[in-house]
Amino acid sequence: MPEEKPVPASADVKNKVETLKKEDKPVADKIKAGHVHMSGCTGCEVAIADNYGGLLTVLDKYVDWVYDLTLADVRHIPKMDVALVEGSICIQDKISVDEIKETREKSAVVVALGGCACYGNITRFGRGGQPNQPQHESYVPIGDIIKVDAYIPGCAPTPQLIRNVVVMAYLLLKGTKEQQELAKKYLTPLMQLADRGTEACGCDLMYHIINQGLCMGCGSCAAACPVRAITHEYGKPNVNREMCIKCGACYAQCPRSFFNFDVMNEFEGIMELIDGALK
Amino acid sequence: MGTELGKYKLCVSARSADKEILKKAQDGGIVTQLFKYALEEGIIDGAIVSGPSDEPWRPRPFVATTVDDLMKSRGTRYNISPNVSFIKEATRSYGLDRIGIVGTPCQMQAVRKGQLYPVGLRDVPDKIALAIGIFCMENFPYQSIKQLVEDHAAMKLEAVKKMEIGKGKFWVYGERGQVVQLPLKVTHNYEQPGCHVCLDYVANLADVSTGSVGSPDGWSTVFVRTKNGDDIWSKAIAAGCFETKPIEQVKPGLELVSKLANEKITKNQKTVEERAKFGVNKALRNPYISPK
Ligand SMILES: Cc1cc2nc3c(=O)[nH]c(=O)nc-3n(C[C@H](O)[C@H](O)[C@H](O)COP(=O)(O)OP(=O)(O)OC[C@H]3O[C@@H](n4cnc5c(N)ncnc54)[C@H](O)[C@@H]3O)c2cc1C
Ligand code: SF4
Ligand code: SF4
Ligand code: SF4
Repeated sequence: MPEEKPVPASADVKNKVETLKKEDKPVADKIKAGHVHMSGCTGCEVAIADNYGGLLTVLDKYVDWVYDLTLADVRHIPKMDVALVEGSICIQDKISVDEIKETREKSAVVVALGGCACYGNITRFGRGGQPNQPQHESYVPIGDIIKVDAYIPGCAPTPQLIRNVVVMAYLLLKGTKEQQELAKKYLTPLMQLADRGTEACGCDLMYHIINQGLCMGCGSCAAACPVRAITHEYGKPNVNREMCIKCGACYAQCPRSFFNFDVMNEFEGIMELIDGALK
Repeated sequence: MGTELGKYKLCVSARSADKEILKKAQDGGIVTQLFKYALEEGIIDGAIVSGPSDEPWRPRPFVATTVDDLMKSRGTRYNISPNVSFIKEATRSYGLDRIGIVGTPCQMQAVRKGQLYPVGLRDVPDKIALAIGIFCMENFPYQSIKQLVEDHAAMKLEAVKKMEIGKGKFWVYGERGQVVQLPLKVTHNYEQPGCHVCLDYVANLADVSTGSVGSPDGWSTVFVRTKNGDDIWSKAIAAGCFETKPIEQVKPGLELVSKLANEKITKNQKTVEERAKFGVNKALRNPYISPK
């Protein structure tokens, strides 16, 4: 972290070039990433920003933030290593549909960021009729329109998961051979989640955990739910299905949805690695 | 001895130096004593523990912020206490910046997954200050404990002073001094199914983990695992919180812990494999491979 005041990513080009010159690492070592805003509430974007100093370190050392409607003065989707897409796609909105396809064409890796991009989340309940564009009524997760490489579920996704994934994505693309191995192992379940599908609900705990004889009553699901739809009755989760907004956090957080020992057993080293990377 | 005991920096037999704690502790009062020390030293702001509820022997997770609270949580209740359900709330309504949490090995797994993949656990990953794991062979639904005590041991739940699994039996101690033992063959039927795919006996992912097995009655076996655990444990030792004995000098010692750990892992690994061909060309899910 440089001592001087953080330079907003939208600063003019001259400024940017000067900042880059001062850095130890040439820009070529950074990965190019951006934030693509579809039908979301900007909560995911705020979650990125909520990494505070950590975000500045990320921008300083690892990531060239090349696209972001709110933060970067770039109008058209550029080529990127990693696109973080927030929000679902309204299929009646031609611009959204075109842009998500363009995002896919121009990005090596597309990550669905947050419940809406992964699973539709609260936008699943949209049924049109709202002012300005009442005909906009069908909102689908981005995985229904394009192939998605990895999910970061959650409503909002947490700053810490975003941080962990960004550090791992950097290591995957630019790290040593060993770091690449680790990053691959770390990212695998998030890729498998993307492969798994675009529907989520508190019911997943019934279908895929309890009905499968896997629940051990830890309570992670209840802790993860953003709307407190889950309580524990005699140790097992009970989902208030009226309250569930279909974000997918409970299932992804459950240790019995996925538990990759090769990564978890190294938790201490990985936490240190991430901590160190952000200093 | 291989990976069945997890990584650890040191292993000792220990008990709390505090007679008050020992009066109602399950074993050597390690959990309560270590949290008490951490709370008094400001290492944690509070701890998620499991205490009594409005039904006899039914545990209820709660956030302990005083030594009095901790004292209420002493002892093992052999049925599910979803301690991790409080992990985000502890940072919110309770305002903890440094959280202590106790739990079974699966709950320690949940805590570490929550740190590495905090999908719905905003701001939790950096606030876990002390995670204490307790050894665990299996756990039970509340109704199972009720049936074991009332139907099999013919005692009233309200009249039970202590329950314990040890020396190959399930022991029920009554308030009036009566002792009933049930063979584990009987209790096995009542275990929660999720335990049958569990591959961790001694809470490999805790900062410090403890259980009765391996040490004499009233003492506990303690594994100090992480740097953080080591730091807190050595300070607590320096402060005189614990009496300790080298694990090599106590009976039955580490060999028994290893043996039981291997038995559990082998048995449950087999269950995991059998699940892969449970139906006709249909598998039950395997969380260790993928979330699909
Ligand atoms: C379901 C279960 C199975 C166990 N199986 C074994 C075993 O096979 N071998 C072995 O050596 N030890 C086992 N233990 C651990 C043992 O019974 C003691 O809990 C442990 O030795 C700690 O004793 P202590 O005197 O240090 O703790 P104490 O100071 O008495 O404190 C006990 C702590 O345990 C917590 N606790 C109590 N019940 C639960 C629960 N249901 N879930 C989560 N936390 C709880 C309380 O919050 C309290 O903080 C098991 C514990 C449980 C809960
Ligand atoms: S997180 Fe999974 S294992 Fe834990 S209580 Fe919820 S459904 Fe059960
Ligand atoms: S129950 Fe809660 S965490 Fe699970 S999908 Fe519904 S809203 Fe999300
Ligand atoms: S046996 Fe495993 S899954 Fe069951 S309660 Fe103990 S640690 Fe959890």
